[in-house]
Order: sequence, then C-alpha cells, then structure tokens
Amino acid sequence: MINVSNVSKNFTLHNQGSAVIPVIAGAELNVASGECVALTGASGAGKSTLMRMIYGNYLAAGGQILVGDVDVASAEPREILALRKDTLGYVSQFLRVVPRVPTIDVVAEPLLLTGHSREEARARAEALLARLNIPERLWSLSPTTFSGGEQQRVNIARGFAYDYPALLLDEPTASLDAANRDTVLALIEEAKSRGAAILGIFHDIAARQQVCDREVDVSVFTPEAA
Amino acid sequence: MTPLLSVRDIAKFYGQRIGCTDVSFDLYPGEVMGVVGESGSGKSTLLNCLAGHLPPDTGEVFFDTREAGLRDTLTMSEPERRMLSRTDWAFVHQHARDGLRMGVSAGGNVGERLMAVGARHYGDIRAAAVDWLGRVEITEDRVDDRPTAFSGGMQQRLQIARNLVTGPRLVFMDEPTGGLDVSVQARLLDLLRGLVREMGLSAIIVTHDLAVVRLLADRLMVMKDGRVVETGLTDQVLDDPQHGYTQLLVSSVLQV
Repeated sequence: MINVSNVSKNFTLHNQGSAVIPVIAGAELNVASGECVALTGASGAGKSTLMRMIYGNYLAAGGQILVGDVDVASAEPREILALRKDTLGYVSQFLRVVPRVPTIDVVAEPLLLTGHSREEARARAEALLARLNIPERLWSLSPTTFSGGEQQRVNIARGFAYDYPALLLDEPTASLDAANRDTVLALIEEAKSRGAAILGIFHDIAARQQVCDREVDVSVFTPEAA
Repeated sequence: MTPLLSVRDIAKFYGQRIGCTDVSFDLYPGEVMGVVGESGSGKSTLLNCLAGHLPPDTGEVFFDTREAGLRDTLTMSEPERRMLSRTDWAFVHQHARDGLRMGVSAGGNVGERLMAVGARHYGDIRAAAVDWLGRVEITEDRVDDRPTAFSGGMQQRLQIARNLVTGPRLVFMDEPTGGLDVSVQARLLDLLRGLVREMGLSAIIVTHDLAVVRLLADRLMVMKDGRVVETGLTDQVLDDPQHGYTQLLVSSVLQV
C-alpha cells in the first residue's frame, strides 16, 4: 500500500547562509495492507520527516513515494488532497483546528468529506469520543481550550473516524494514560484487521511491540556528515 | 477534468515598473487558492487583472462558462463580462464599503444582486435576502438597516452575503479579513470555510495573513516583486518552504 523507494530529503536554509542540510538519503520502505510498521531511530534521525514526506507535507528531494497508485513525490496538489481525503490518514502530534468548530464536528468531518450521511458521521464520531473518554459535555465545545491529552484523543478520534486504507500515526500514545493508551492500541488492531496499512512512530516500546509487525530503523537512511 | 479558470502569462506593467508578470495557473472546481506576499508584491494587481477590474498588458484568462465552455474573459464583450461578474463570479473587497451600497438597506444590498440577474418577485427576493443574512449571522431584525449602522465585521459579512446570493462558482477575495479584530476574523473564517465547503465554491484569496490561508486555502502561490516564486500544497509550502523569500515570510510570523 505504501512503497517508498530511494527517497532523499535536504533542507536548504536560504536565510542562514544557504546552508544545505541533507537529512535522508536512499530511504526504502514498504507497508502492506493489514500490516503495522514502526519507524525507529534516535530523536532527529528523520522519522517524522519521512512520515511527513509520505503525507506530502514535506517535499521529497528525490525518489518515489507510492501510496496506492499515486506518487506523492511528484503529484499535483489536488491529487494529494484527493489522496488525503479518501486513502491516506494522518494523526499528527498536534491538533490544528478552526476556532469555534465543535469537537463532534471536528471528528465527523473526514466522514462528511467522503460522502457519509450526517447521522452516520455523527454516530461514529460520538462512539469514538465516548470510547476515548472525552466527556459528553465537551462534545459541543471547540477543542482549542482542551488539555493536551484531550486534544490528542480528539485528534486520534478524527484520524480513526473514516476507515482510511493507509494511516500514518505520529506518537499516537504519547501523553495518554493507561486506559486511553489501551483504547488507542485496540483501535490500531481493529484498523489492521480491516486491512489498513499503518506506519507509526512509537516511543512507547511496549506499545510498539504489541501492535507492530516490523520495525524500520531510519538512522540507516541518514547521510554521512560531509 | 476541465479547469474552472485557466490563467496564462498574465503581465501588467505600471510604466517601467512590474505590477505582476509571468503568472500562469489552473484552478479546478472546488479548489481554493491563496496568493500571499508582502505589500507591493503584485498580488492585488493580479487579482484585479483576473477579475476584469484592470486590463493586463499580456495574457489570457479562460473561464469555463456554463454556455460555451472555456472562453477568454479578456476578449469577451463588456456586457458578457458584466453578466459573468454578476452571476458566476463574485468579488469580496477588503473594505466592505467598496463592495456595498452604503445608502441601501442590508436586505436591499443582497436583493439588488438578485434583481440584476432577473429576479422580480418582491417576496421571493426578500425571503432570499433574509435567508442569506441568516447564513452570515445577521439577524432578521437588521434587514432594513443600512450598512452604515453596522460594525466592520457585520459589513464584511453582509458583503459576503451579497456576493454569494446568486450562487457564483468563483469568488475573488482581496484581504477578506484585513482590518478586522481577531475574534471577528475567526468567526468570518469559520463562516467562509463552511460556505466554500457547502457550495463547492472555487476561490482565489489574496492575503498577507498566513494563518488565513492555512485555514482556507488548498494550495498556495507566493509572490515577490510581481513574480510567482513558489507554488504548492498549502501545508507543504508553509511547513517546508523551498524559496528563500517564502522561508523568510514563514519564519517572520510571530508566535502567539
């Protein structure tokens, strides 16, 4: 489902003496449907950078990133937007929302965008929020004022609302208590069993061992310091 | 898929000075494109050239018309272009008073646009006006007030209602949230986003506010000195800018 081949990435800092920082070279990665693969490596090794390139958030300097049959590395913006709508989900570490939009709508949005009915979307959003222990009295409020852990759980609910065939998870269990962490791991297991291809970053070793089938160490893609 | 708007090599010079030059892009139905850059970068000149307010020196602006498919709007007859700007196009000005008739009631401002496309039944026009004012959160008891009695944020929302009532397919916006305080901005952005989604509108939004484009635009065009220096998916351009000027622009935003 996700096939990364020979991908490289440099950051060029034009305003700091045009310094060119090579961060990834020759990255190879495959994630099949129904499989969960973990990205590992020390902080700064390029785990999030690689994940962001797969999502199209960072521009790859070279190589091919196939998600389904779309090459994210060379696709037009509208092709990437279409891909994100119905194929590729991403749970980032931070929730970014429009002010004033109620939590329930934030979670239901991916379903509405993919043509589900308002009732269906709402029912699914309610079920997920309840499962992730977000109190019902908060559902009609905007998540901007929520605590860090609550925002993280809203973000997860949103990421799992629609059944994406491919899912990227950046530290989904960070800042969660044991009960919520188990819920998230259960959601990941369910997504795997319905056939989703999942790529995740987990600093929580126990969580990683519980849900991931394989590990890919990104530090082997780090270019030699020149 | 046919683009809704196809722009080729637009250039506008003010004497020896470049207003904007070498601008080409395609906008597809349902897409929202942001144009960002500092003051004087040519973004408003470009918008005015596209919307037919300013004649460009070179270039073509093709619009997918309902009747005849892609037509160059720059070579259209004046009545045809005027009809287009009343029906399928809308233009939201930075200063609401440039887009409103200040001596006419709020309901009249919305109704006037409907009458321009042939609506004649007073009851229907008034009902449509009330409906649209409701959508932009102006209550029915303010329908007969003039825009001079409205706050800046309300005037801006009224301008949006006036523009969208005829169900346009393409909306040009010039700094739609400029000059409004942040809480009013947030409300307006939320409103615009909802309307764009619901109506499947395409839009070109000119702004210098990067937070505005992050929320509203699918893709981004960055301009400097009249030229396009970078284009791409909005979050990609903002999170991983490639051009030196874009990097400077993104890193200059103050964190709250």
